[in-house]
Amino acid sequence: MFRYILKRLGYMVITMWVVITITFFLMNTLPGNPIEVEMRKLPPQIKKNIMHQYGFDRPIHERYVIYLQNLLKGDMGESISTPGLKARTVIAERFPASARLGLQSVFIGLIIGLVLGILAAFNRNTWIDYLVIGVAILGVSVPNFVIAALLQQFLGGIFPVIGWASKKASWFAGLKYTVLPTIALSFTSIATYARYMRTSVLDVINQDYILTAKSKGVPAVGVVCKHILRNAILPIVTILGPQIASIITGTFIVEMMFSIPGLGQYYVESITNRDYTMIMATTIFFAFLFIASLLVVDLLYTVIDPRIRITGEKR
Amino acid sequence: MMELDKDKFKIIGCENADADVIVRPNITYWQDAWRRLKQNKIAMVALVMLCIIIFMCLFGPYLAKYKFSDQDMSLIDKGPSAEHWFGTDNLGRDLFARVWIGGRVSIAIGIVGTLIEILVGCIYGGAAGYFGGLVDDIMMRIVEIIVSIPYMIVVILASIVLGKGIGALIIALCITGWTGIARIIRGQVMQLKESEYVLAARALGASSNRVILKHLIPNTIGEIIVYISFDIPSFIFAEAFLSFIGLGIQPPDTSWGAMASLAQPKFQFYPHELMVPSLAICLTMLSFNLLGDGLRDALDPRLRQ
Repeated sequence: MFRYILKRLGYMVITMWVVITITFFLMNTLPGNPIEVEMRKLPPQIKKNIMHQYGFDRPIHERYVIYLQNLLKGDMGESISTPGLKARTVIAERFPASARLGLQSVFIGLIIGLVLGILAAFNRNTWIDYLVIGVAILGVSVPNFVIAALLQQFLGGIFPVIGWASKKASWFAGLKYTVLPTIALSFTSIATYARYMRTSVLDVINQDYILTAKSKGVPAVGVVCKHILRNAILPIVTILGPQIASIITGTFIVEMMFSIPGLGQYYVESITNRDYTMIMATTIFFAFLFIASLLVVDLLYTVIDPRIRITGEKR
Repeated sequence: MMELDKDKFKIIGCENADADVIVRPNITYWQDAWRRLKQNKIAMVALVMLCIIIFMCLFGPYLAKYKFSDQDMSLIDKGPSAEHWFGTDNLGRDLFARVWIGGRVSIAIGIVGTLIEILVGCIYGGAAGYFGGLVDDIMMRIVEIIVSIPYMIVVILASIVLGKGIGALIIALCITGWTGIARIIRGQVMQLKESEYVLAARALGASSNRVILKHLIPNTIGEIIVYISFDIPSFIFAEAFLSFIGLGIQPPDTSWGAMASLAQPKFQFYPHELMVPSLAICLTMLSFNLLGDGLRDALDPRLRQ
């Protein structure tokens, strides 16, 4: 088990390094220096100073080493379009809103999705089942900007359609701002989880050990909770990773549409502004988030599935 | 010694010698799959809907009274009417013409992107699964690392670097997307390469290339087709997403995502402008997903009982 965690951590470090390297070289070999474009009319000496400040006067491999060193120290660079603004500050300020939105929608998505999937499986070929299948297929077919637009149109009178609570407001006071974006974000997750859970429960119900448990006289609640759900939840854990990724990208659009001061909105803004250092910093941060959550999911898997603890590998 | 004369060897009870004659014609795998698909009403509806959408994307622009790029500043943001069937957008362009032109781009990206992915994925996954051992180990470690890089972020980065336009967009979308199909193919090939017909082919002196191309890939074709039907919509989705945040198709070209992006800020006032491309996306995705479900049931021999 310990070796397994160590191995996973090793992979995580390698993957992060690959991401950082790719991001760095992609952003730095782009034709047209971002500063060059903005500073075209400045006198050469000032231009030189600015280039020096951002380190653009050094060769690329040197810049790469410096960038890595700075990253290790937690310094992710400074904005180009807003000089003096540290990437770290932006992330610290903007991430809480995104994190809240993300966590809420993962939570809502999981709970509703699993419940729907279980309901559908236990009521196979009834209207409940067909309804859940319908919702599941609709959920993966409708882009989340359409869902967001529909929510704004039809539930806009009940909940605020744009904005976010101030930082000092309590968790509960800000809740009303999160309702619509959370639904918009979690809709796809609900659909995916419901679909997978339904198949998975149907698989498990027909296993021999369920029959054994029933014939031993285990009460129905026990069979459902201990035997069926525990086994059926395993495939769900494997799709948690991709789902987290879809939530991260979902926040780009949802934050943009609901004017939420989160990191996703900032990311899209910095892409539009061609603010290269900020794109790099946020990319690396998002990648880190994603890779870390994959690690957590994998470790969770070992907790839920005892078979992995022995072999150290996924089935 | 016993006399063994001829009449001791009389044939009895085999009058109907044609018992093992096959009455019905043999059907191939594809005929069987098609028969199963035809029985699935939902999948057939999806297939018909898809055909209609593709037909309209091909010929719809010629049916429209206006060119998709024609602007009419006196008719801005108008709702559907007899003149403009789906209404007009913020530059007075006919949405009926635009939605089909946009559909061409969206569906073309979906199809071309998927084909590239399948090609790369088949070669990569096929090689990894076939050679096994160290080669497989190294190749799959690389895939593992690529998979744990968030897809959309790579796509965004790539499209920043590659610039805008359809070609750049397809490359950006394919750059890491092939890993999914590579994994599927590898798993299948690992399973299949132990089977008898591969052994027979090898014993007959078939080369690795021939075994992969003629035996292993055709036997995974069912999985590939199912993958295609789920992959095309995910390309359309990704394209819509990129165009929506302003990285995708640029004017004067348009796509469903770009149209939705243009209409989104004014959705409260002119809902039809968002609804037309959104409905097109939803219907296409829905058809592909439903068709994919049907194809999986029809093509997967393990599901047959």
